[in-house]
Amino acid sequence: MGVGKSINRVDAIEKVTGTAKYVEDMLPSNALIAKVLHSTIANGIVKSINIEEALKMPGVETILTCFDVPDVLYATSGHPLSLDPNHPDVKDKLILSKRVRYYGDDIAAVVADNALNAQKALEKIVVEYEEYEPLLTPQAAINNKISLHEQCPSNELSRMDFEIKDGEVDFYKGKFSDDPYIAGREDLKGTYFSVPPVHACHIENNSCFAYMEGKKMIVVTCNQVPHTLRRNVAEAIEMPIGDVKIIKPYLGGGFGNKQDTMYEPVAAFLSKKLGGRCVAILLTREETFVNTRTRHGMDIYASVEVDENGKIKRKGLKLNSNGGSYGTHRHSITAYAVTNFFELYPSGEIQIGESSTAYTNLPSAGALRGYGIPQIDFAMESQMDDIAMEKGWDPIDFRKKNIMKLGFRDPFDKFYVKSNGLEECIDKGRELIDWDKKRKEYDQFNKTSKDIKKGVGMAIFCYKTGVYPIQLENAACRMVLNEDGSIQVQIGATELGQGSDTVFAQMASEILTIPESKIHVISTQDTDITPYDSGAYASRQSYVTGGAVKKTALLMKEKIIGKAAAIAKISIDDLTIENENIIIGKTKEIICSIGNVATLINFINDSSQTEHITAETTYTCLSNCFAFGASFVDLEVDVPIGKIKISKIISLNDSGKILNPQLARGQVHGGVAMAVGYAIGEQLLFDSKTGKPLNNNLLDYKIPTSMDIPEMESHFVETYEPTGPYGNKALGEPPLIPQAPAIRNAVLHATGVSIYKLPMSPQNLVHEFIKAGLIEDGRE
Amino acid sequence: MYDIKTVLKATSVQEALKLLGDNEDATIIDGGTDVLIRMKERKLKNATLISIQDIGELYGVTILENGDILIGPGTNFTDIEENSIIQKHIPVLGYACSQVGSPQIRNIATIGGNICNGAVSADSVPSLLALDAILEISSPDDTRLIPIRQFHTGPGKTILKKQKELLTKIIIPKDSYENHGANYIKFGQRNAMEISTLGCAVNLSLSDDKKTIEDYRIAFGVASSTPIRCPFLEEKVRGMDIGEELFKTIRREVLHEVNPRDSWRASKELRIQLIKELSRRATKQAILNAGGTV
Repeated sequence: MGVGKSINRVDAIEKVTGTAKYVEDMLPSNALIAKVLHSTIANGIVKSINIEEALKMPGVETILTCFDVPDVLYATSGHPLSLDPNHPDVKDKLILSKRVRYYGDDIAAVVADNALNAQKALEKIVVEYEEYEPLLTPQAAINNKISLHEQCPSNELSRMDFEIKDGEVDFYKGKFSDDPYIAGREDLKGTYFSVPPVHACHIENNSCFAYMEGKKMIVVTCNQVPHTLRRNVAEAIEMPIGDVKIIKPYLGGGFGNKQDTMYEPVAAFLSKKLGGRCVAILLTREETFVNTRTRHGMDIYASVEVDENGKIKRKGLKLNSNGGSYGTHRHSITAYAVTNFFELYPSGEIQIGESSTAYTNLPSAGALRGYGIPQIDFAMESQMDDIAMEKGWDPIDFRKKNIMKLGFRDPFDKFYVKSNGLEECIDKGRELIDWDKKRKEYDQFNKTSKDIKKGVGMAIFCYKTGVYPIQLENAACRMVLNEDGSIQVQIGATELGQGSDTVFAQMASEILTIPESKIHVISTQDTDITPYDSGAYASRQSYVTGGAVKKTALLMKEKIIGKAAAIAKISIDDLTIENENIIIGKTKEIICSIGNVATLINFINDSSQTEHITAETTYTCLSNCFAFGASFVDLEVDVPIGKIKISKIISLNDSGKILNPQLARGQVHGGVAMAVGYAIGEQLLFDSKTGKPLNNNLLDYKIPTSMDIPEMESHFVETYEPTGPYGNKALGEPPLIPQAPAIRNAVLHATGVSIYKLPMSPQNLVHEFIKAGLIEDGRE
Repeated sequence: MYDIKTVLKATSVQEALKLLGDNEDATIIDGGTDVLIRMKERKLKNATLISIQDIGELYGVTILENGDILIGPGTNFTDIEENSIIQKHIPVLGYACSQVGSPQIRNIATIGGNICNGAVSADSVPSLLALDAILEISSPDDTRLIPIRQFHTGPGKTILKKQKELLTKIIIPKDSYENHGANYIKFGQRNAMEISTLGCAVNLSLSDDKKTIEDYRIAFGVASSTPIRCPFLEEKVRGMDIGEELFKTIRREVLHEVNPRDSWRASKELRIQLIKELSRRATKQAILNAGGTV
């Protein structure tokens, strides 16, 4: 029991047997269904909406159009309230919008007795638009005469530009450009990399329903950050925060795409309009692709200069990020990416970074597992291999000369690196994949094999844990002791499938010695009852909420011992807890069980003694730390058809102390599988003339199937992070990060062709191989 | 929630044909893996469905006295893949059927639906083309036999007369498989749950000494506006000796008879490269399957 053990998930049985209830399972039978009318242009204005015929359709209760909603702009990002005026949320969303900003924007909603009737009525609505040219890229959008949002005339949502000198960052205001010269300097010419928008593809589509009890608005939704959502909903529908209650039941995958406020304000507003009747909005898969969030597509220009000894001397980066139609996380994701470039490999002389996030007429980009780092890591790690190849260096040796070391001070967030297993991850991976032998062996093989080419490649990463000091990092936890010696644990941190409820139970068990089977972590969040937490993002919960669980468990322990000491008339200092018993530390003599204490104190008829024992604390985290890792990939490329067959991926992670090895491996497997999709298959496609989404379904959007997932090995280099509650660091997001560049570098080793664009799909590879002469056109 | 007006169930071909005649705009449904998608996409509304799922005479695989193989169009892909007659005589078709969608889809979707839906990407069709399958089409007063090469007329279009006709038999002539070796290659970006980017089926026979191509049939899915055969290439290849010249000829000549599209699903450049490469690979494997060496 306790941390470090592979105990079974606490929710395994509910989930496997199907008794775990998700949003749609909880839908009342009399719920009305709302269907949203999405625009069929990407940029423009709704001139008129005729709902006359639609209103006559059977089952229709009401129709709301963009002309009927309050003129209250609200924020959608799932960030805790920032008291810092430099980091305000972007408020740019209305419940429905007459200003159409992407193909699929929400312009009306029909509420009917069932989905089909709502859909049929929707088809009768006639819309008249004034249409503008779709601005789908940062180049097209920034400084265009048509502004997407009134409050941002240039369409450039945000910038962050800086130079790092002597470990300190000088910020300045740069200017948007799409040439390869970083900060306009001829001596910093970047290599161009491009990554497309992709989608999280969680299994449970975004869905919610809202109803009222008296004056209280209740919203049941699959959201990762219930407390922040409550604030955003309250603001959007103009109700006091205390009158809004968010319930988050079991959740079928989020990956960041359930961090933001989606259709909850629409459902709540419709319910309010209908006197509190229950209104549900259950997105289809096609809508989930377009009407939620994407991973930012980015144009990246990266410049790295090295000396003869393989030391990086100068680094420059220009990163133009496509933010899509609404501001969501403003510049946070792009800023995360641009800064990471100067953290993994700090350089000696010049370090200049420029970055921009643009409003464009694409679906809104937001958080997605890795928060900007998968994009920059692809560019950064690809470039490292290109340099090594050009110089004739071993890519691993070259990296090791330049990686971030223990004691490094992060110039941006100004914390010191106190644990760092990166080099060990690299060394271990080198050995496990048999790097030195395979590199030579495959070089020989590739000399004679024309169609099939083999390669091994690798890439590394670093990733922060939580978001201190940019944002608040705190969490609360409450524990209630039952008379049988079991406890209920209430936390606002959300279980998304990542296993947080299980590790919280382990953390409590570690201190209280109560086995996990008797620690009931309440998985459902109900903001009327659940203590505050900022929620699931930034791989923060085991690090931050873990701190709250530990602190609360310690307080609970102190209370239990205190009561036992009073009953037994023994000094507190002599007592401790072992195997669910209160014992005398020195003699190991058992005084009584935790259950005995609880029973007695709960029911004793003595006002000076009776207490229903609870413990509650808030933990504020004033630290940050880097998780590290490496990926090694062994693959072959079928050159004439552009197909990559991955033989094996070895993923090595330094996430500090591993709290539950089996769950941790699950996180790695999921992250690697998701990254295989990012590397070789996935991209959201839009018609370049109209901005219409082309492949917003699971047939045409190529997430890997189980038949596409290679053999995976997961290894942990367990360091001890002193700022983590149990020595632990981020693990949820990191395993995804290095896979795309590691696969890319293995393709480079196999074929000698450098790829600069994701995904490495057969089409993109065939085009590159034809260009490189590997596929002779005609080949007669 | 599907927009269905009514579902009518037929238990015989005659009944199905009568229901078709009586119900204007009715849609035939068997496994439903294409029809339900059309309903979900709101391309088919307020549907009158005629289910042919319970028509026993449309199901099963048998071998006739003359050696021809009869496949009921209501047979699902899994049953075809696992059928011993198919495995013994026309494994290429069994393999093609195993490439459709997912196990769940293959357990319910039928080969007849795959043919009649008219998709250029239908996985079973290139192999049926290369096997010169004969289709029996029934109407209330007539049955006619037509070669599958004449069946498809455009993307999603076939010669079936709406409200009147039903595909009732698929016949693979003995001449098509006896002493033949065949191969089908489906190319998709993913290894499962995939729509074909390009499909290539080759069916051939060799001379007694296994050195020369005697019969040669090559068919493609997604290489033109319908699934196609390449008669001119076939004519060139027949009689050629197995060797580098053969494969060069195939790679070169195959392009004259195909017309792949440039679309967001795949560029023309990719499809042309796939046509060349898969023709070579499928031919090579078919030669091996016919007992030859390359």
